[in-house]
Amino acid sequence: MVAPISTLTTRQTTRQTHMIKRAIALLLLFAVGTLFASLLLGYVPDSELNHTARYYAERTAGDVGAANIVTAIVVTYRGLDTLGEVTVLFISAAIVGLVLAQDRLPSDAPRQPRVPVSELLSTGSRALTPLILLLGVYVFVNGHLTPGGGFQGGAIVASGMLLLLLADPLKQFSHQLISVLESLSGLLFVGIGVLGVLLAGGFLDNRLLPIGTLGELFSAGVIPVIYSLIGLKVGAEFSSMLASLSETEET
Amino acid sequence: MSPMSPLVFGITLVLCITMIGAALMAIRAKRLPVAILAAGLVSLVASILFLVLAAPDVAMTEAAIGSGLTTFLFFFVLARIRGAGHGGANIDADNEADNKADSHD
Amino acid sequence: MISLAQMAMAAGFILILIGFYGALTQRNLLRMIVAFTIADTGVNIVLVAVGHMRGRTAPILDVAVPAADAVARVIDPVPQALVLTAIVIGLGVTALMLAYALKLHARKHTLDIAKMTELKW
Repeated sequence: MVAPISTLTTRQTTRQTHMIKRAIALLLLFAVGTLFASLLLGYVPDSELNHTARYYAERTAGDVGAANIVTAIVVTYRGLDTLGEVTVLFISAAIVGLVLAQDRLPSDAPRQPRVPVSELLSTGSRALTPLILLLGVYVFVNGHLTPGGGFQGGAIVASGMLLLLLADPLKQFSHQLISVLESLSGLLFVGIGVLGVLLAGGFLDNRLLPIGTLGELFSAGVIPVIYSLIGLKVGAEFSSMLASLSETEET
Repeated sequence: MSPMSPLVFGITLVLCITMIGAALMAIRAKRLPVAILAAGLVSLVASILFLVLAAPDVAMTEAAIGSGLTTFLFFFVLARIRGAGHGGANIDADNEADNKADSHD
Repeated sequence: MISLAQMAMAAGFILILIGFYGALTQRNLLRMIVAFTIADTGVNIVLVAVGHMRGRTAPILDVAVPAADAVARVIDPVPQALVLTAIVIGLGVTALMLAYALKLHARKHTLDIAKMTELKW
């Protein structure tokens, strides 16, 4: 007789704590919502560009030579931040690999495919992957002219890798190749930055190469080179994240 | 300062409502895969909204990263947790308990 | 008449609130992470909406927007560069959270946050 009553009371207490938690959450949300509402009602859109934005809009064409102002900010004006961003991404990819490393099966362990890969799927993925990679490369090489750039192109390259992974779950990427590609492009990125200190105006200055005509592929100094390196690095990092989250299996 | 055309206004309104609806679906959905897909839908609609807001760079990034890769990361993790066996049935069982508790209060 | 930016900003704020609500009330770890990604998207929408100005175009110079009158024609590019960074870092953070969730599941065989009581006092 005692046991059901005690379980009943624990259930009641959990229900009560559940309700209290929900009430606290709603109260907190109400406070945050009031804050947001006051921000929204007091918002007056600017009619003129502010000081910083005006500087970038005026100077980008002459100083940097990139048609895409966002790219000029990301790669040249705030290039140091982008270096930091790529580093953060590298660290998080490394931690994902590290946390999941113990679960990884030894690569020579026998693995049975659950469902055999069909001919259509494997052929289709083999035909599509080069096209996806090409699109990714196009996006990051043209980052200074059109919307897009290293991060978008890198993500597209990683989606190509994703297609390979989905079509054949047992496929093993060469981690060696990914890490070599990743560290090489990172080193070259920093190397170009240091060369900018020595030969041009400062760290990551893009005037190592001639600025050229606005709107041409070979213009904007080293921005296409740097953005391609960022694209390779980001693509490699995303691919390694995807690979380590998908291929490790519970032991 | 041209006045906003009704078409753009309507498109933006529809996008915002779709986004909020998908977000509510992602929070309230009973099944986890549905929730993950709804979150991917939020990102996809958000990328169209970025395009309307004249931010094509951000739109591309959101479409490729926020909506593409994130969704697949979730599904890889889900597949591994389901594949682990011991917890497999547990995922949705937890949610059902949670949802029952929701409906009571 | 509300502007485009205000409408998008309101939607972004609502998404942040929905995401917070989910993260606070869900008990399943994966559902909490889903809620976090929704809040993340909301923050990005608010930031881009702050930079938007009525009647102007994207900050890309071409034939339609010559460099000479760019100041009068383009919107604020700085929030866009910021959000570009935020989205990429957001994926890194999500992957990290998912990896830890996977690890916790491997250790505890559950995703219920209420059953993880080591740090409870």
